[in-house]
Amino acid sequence: MIRVKGDRFIFREKGTDLKSVPSRCRGKNKSVPFSCNYPDSVISEIRQLLEQVADPEIPVLTIADLGILQDVCRHEGRVRVVITPTYSGCPALQTIEQDIRTVLTENGYEDVEVATRISPPWTTDWLSEAGREKLLQYGIVPPAGSADKQSLRMPDTGVACPRCRSAATEEISRFGSTPCKALYRCNDCLEPFDYFKCI
Amino acid sequence: MSGETTRQELFQYVIRLGDNALINGQRLAEWCGRGPFVEEDIAMTNIALDLVGRARMLLTYAGEVEGAGRTEDDLAYFRNEREFRNFQIMELPVGDFAFTTARQFFVDAYDYFYYRALQHSVDSTLAGIAAKTLKECEYHLRHSAEWMLRLGDGTEQSHAKISTAVAELMPFTYELFDADGIDRAMQANQIGVDLNTVEALWNEKVNNVLDEATLERPELKYTRSGGRQGLHSEHIGYLLAEMQSLQRAMPGQDW
Repeated sequence: MIRVKGDRFIFREKGTDLKSVPSRCRGKNKSVPFSCNYPDSVISEIRQLLEQVADPEIPVLTIADLGILQDVCRHEGRVRVVITPTYSGCPALQTIEQDIRTVLTENGYEDVEVATRISPPWTTDWLSEAGREKLLQYGIVPPAGSADKQSLRMPDTGVACPRCRSAATEEISRFGSTPCKALYRCNDCLEPFDYFKCI
Repeated sequence: MSGETTRQELFQYVIRLGDNALINGQRLAEWCGRGPFVEEDIAMTNIALDLVGRARMLLTYAGEVEGAGRTEDDLAYFRNEREFRNFQIMELPVGDFAFTTARQFFVDAYDYFYYRALQHSVDSTLAGIAAKTLKECEYHLRHSAEWMLRLGDGTEQSHAKISTAVAELMPFTYELFDADGIDRAMQANQIGVDLNTVEALWNEKVNNVLDEATLERPELKYTRSGGRQGLHSEHIGYLLAEMQSLQRAMPGQDW
């Protein structure tokens, strides 16, 4: 049990006897208090837990790698997790929200608000360096360059084959198996591959 | 919200935008599994997904503005024909691939210039949705404009089919710019956009692409309008019957 400034800042450490937590500080499920402000250590623990949540479509990437996980903060006495959609209609967002709740529930944080924010709009520029490397190892070419430098009319340029590294590649289709990917082909080794397009 | 803009006016404005995206997305999704080849099948369903995603954001916001507790699903599944506020061009049957291509091109060009302007709205929610959706409008327009060129400047048969589609659809494009009192009120309050500017940009883009695609822009011999006021063609009823059947049969079903 951690106490800061009397009873106002209270949270339960794992294994703490629940009876020692004032009832007004317990969540609906009676397992974890939520009407108190969480201390920084809890916020950072939640953040670390969520940084491990995988993207359902591209499981080598975490939601932190993708820039989907925007914020973990205190909001009106609760913990608020803020996520952002990659594409407007990306069906993975609902799965991600469920996965977030599952991870938090498993770790004893049951009353957490998950909010969606669309402004500023998601961009592939938010992909982490580690994420880009993982994508390439997985066989998906990470976004080439910066989103604001891409032209409206031209396919993305500078997309090298993930297998033979040849720069002689062409876009087969702007649309792939998920909204975020395009289909490319290498003109040297002739292999088709996925490209995580710049947006 | 400006004092001159009533809540009901803003609700009407937002629901029009949401309905346009929803009905266009629903129509385009009919190509799922029926595209001329697999890449195009995937492209059309990806774009349909973007449109439905945009509709969800807008209808959610419309429900909030209305303040009567209606959700995106309530608005999508439990309104009747006359309560829908989409342009008639959105509800026309998919037709052949040329017809779908021409419709998407006209609508994508409109959406691109419309949302580019709307991202500067003084309504921060609308501005946020517009900035998000604009990125998607860009590649939608790129996609449909490329197909206009390919079909128009392609074979004799493809040229004939896309010409017919353009001729059939052109009267329905009139409605896109047929502003009414709500559009004017929203423009005056800087929530909405200047449709005259959008129209000029749209005309320039459409004329350039038609020209490059060796297609004639047909003269308007008649025009169609009324979607803003809930006046539709017969086709919307069939579309809604399919889209809403599950929720009408089992209200509130979730999965």
